[in-house]
Amino acid sequence: MIRLENINKTYFGAQPLHVLKGINLHIKEGEMVSIMGASGSGKSTLLNILGILDNYDSGDYYLNDKLVKNLTENQAADMRNQLIGFIFQSFNLIPFKTAMENVALPLYYQNVNRKKRNQLAMEYLERFGLKEWADHYPNELSGGQKQRVSMARALVTKPKIILADEPTGALDSKTSAEVMQILREVHHTGITMVIVTHERGIALRTDKIIHLKDGVIEDIEINDFDTINLNSDIK
Amino acid sequence: MFDFDGIHEIWQTITRNKTRSLLTAFGVFWGIFLLVILTSTGNGFENGLMRQVEGVTPNTGFFFVSQTSEPYKGYQKGRSWSMQMADLEAVREAFPCIKAISPEASVWSSEDKNVVYGSRGGSFTVKGVLPEYNDIEKSKIIKGRFINATDIATNRKVCLLGKKVYTTMFEKGEDPIGKMVKVNGIYFQVVGVVRSYTENVQINGIVDESVILPFTTMQQVFALGDKIGFFAFVADDDTPVPSIEEDIKQLIKQRHDIAPTDKEAIESFNLTEIFKAFKGLFFGIHILIWIVGLGTLMSGIIGVSNIMLVTVKERTREIGVRRAIGAKPKYIIGQVLSESLLLTTLAGLVGMCIGVGIMAIVGMVTSNMPGDKMMFQDPNMSFKAAVAATIIVVISGLLAGVLPALRAIQIKAIDAIREE
Repeated sequence: MIRLENINKTYFGAQPLHVLKGINLHIKEGEMVSIMGASGSGKSTLLNILGILDNYDSGDYYLNDKLVKNLTENQAADMRNQLIGFIFQSFNLIPFKTAMENVALPLYYQNVNRKKRNQLAMEYLERFGLKEWADHYPNELSGGQKQRVSMARALVTKPKIILADEPTGALDSKTSAEVMQILREVHHTGITMVIVTHERGIALRTDKIIHLKDGVIEDIEINDFDTINLNSDIK
Repeated sequence: MFDFDGIHEIWQTITRNKTRSLLTAFGVFWGIFLLVILTSTGNGFENGLMRQVEGVTPNTGFFFVSQTSEPYKGYQKGRSWSMQMADLEAVREAFPCIKAISPEASVWSSEDKNVVYGSRGGSFTVKGVLPEYNDIEKSKIIKGRFINATDIATNRKVCLLGKKVYTTMFEKGEDPIGKMVKVNGIYFQVVGVVRSYTENVQINGIVDESVILPFTTMQQVFALGDKIGFFAFVADDDTPVPSIEEDIKQLIKQRHDIAPTDKEAIESFNLTEIFKAFKGLFFGIHILIWIVGLGTLMSGIIGVSNIMLVTVKERTREIGVRRAIGAKPKYIIGQVLSESLLLTTLAGLVGMCIGVGIMAIVGMVTSNMPGDKMMFQDPNMSFKAAVAATIIVVISGLLAGVLPALRAIQIKAIDAIREE
């Protein structure tokens, strides 16, 4: 599903910063992996490249067997819209839209008609237990509810990949566990999932942990679920 | 882009911050409102003034004789002379651009009551003119007819009464046509009643207080001989009177052995220059109004652009999220442009409606005020001006959105997820 070949990325600022130094990575369809690393290790940059939010300097990135390189804004927008669902640490819900409108927004950009959009959005909200909250604005929701709305928004387009950037970063341990539970359930439907986190408790709940250090992959850890107690403290 | 969903999206963002949207829109509203008020007021004054001179033909010239001031061909200076009918014919022949020409003579009576009908009487001006005179100083014929060619050719003893003469001499509702009225001791048959369009511009006496006779009849009856001391004419619109004024003088001087250099023997004045000055004045006023109005409007539009820029900056995160979840650049541009367009158009239309409404009320109030001397009438914006203003608002709404829209598409999706 995702294949990275010798990806390099440098930020040219006052002092050029070589963030990714030749990343080679293969994530198979239906895998759930996490990326861990200290801040500055390049994990967010890697996620941005995976999400076609940022470009890279050299190497090749294949997404769904398609080379992602030198795309126009429109092509990138289409690919993001059709293949990728984003979950952000700070939820990034649009404050003046209700939960349902937020969930329906990606479908608006797919030119799905209003009735169909709202119907689909309601289905996903219901799935995440937010049916009664559909007409509420984000500031009326708790952190966990907001993250569930943003998960519904990420999933409503039926993407192939979910990219989550610190999805539990703003949540307490109980809600984090809930969110991880939902992500696992989503994963079981066959969606590929990449989670960036710096919390080991979160990473342990994925199939694979990719350790990044100073722009290179230091180690790939395969989790053996038999030895992990999924009910253990997440933080 | 302009489906219901699109408008819903835009409306949602505009109404999200009502105060800011209202304040922004107020600039445009005020600009259009002022433009409407100013142009309407300008038109109101122009209409009012034009009504004051209604019936007066702008391209009119007047000539009258005076004593010569230079000796010429054996004549002494200071000679008294007069024109004849033949001179007018010669002028008409030499200048085909003249549409109407008529001499005018007046007699004032020393008697207390020079006009008498039955037991009633009054003191009024008596003037003699040709039928064409009504094309020069237009009067409204209330009853009967104006003097015609037959009256002139046969020196008929007929007369027209000014409106005030009629009301003084006759009972209310009495038909004066065919009645015999004694004017300066001689009986004339009434053929019509006239009133002037305006009291403000009068040539040789007030029409309403005059008795008008055929020129030839007057010459004969009052023994004036073939002497013309004053005449008026109208030239076609392509020939301003000042351009032929001097040529006409020279022609007449030549016919009467007056020195071509004599500046006093024949004098003249015209309305062309006066009307031109009026027209120029109003043209200037209109230009000024549009400059002021458009200036105000432009500052309103710059306000919209400015606020939109701030809004775009504030919405960086939101726009970034939209980009991340699949909004193409054209959606973002469309959204910003539509927001600015909707805001300016709505504000502009509201401003125009309120402005037109207020001026309609002002127009109604002023039209109900008594007196013909109102210098203010029908303060309306012309339809053309309204259409122009609308087009300007729409185009400027789009222009106001261009800069913010360009700023908006520079926002990359990555900006949204970059944590502060």
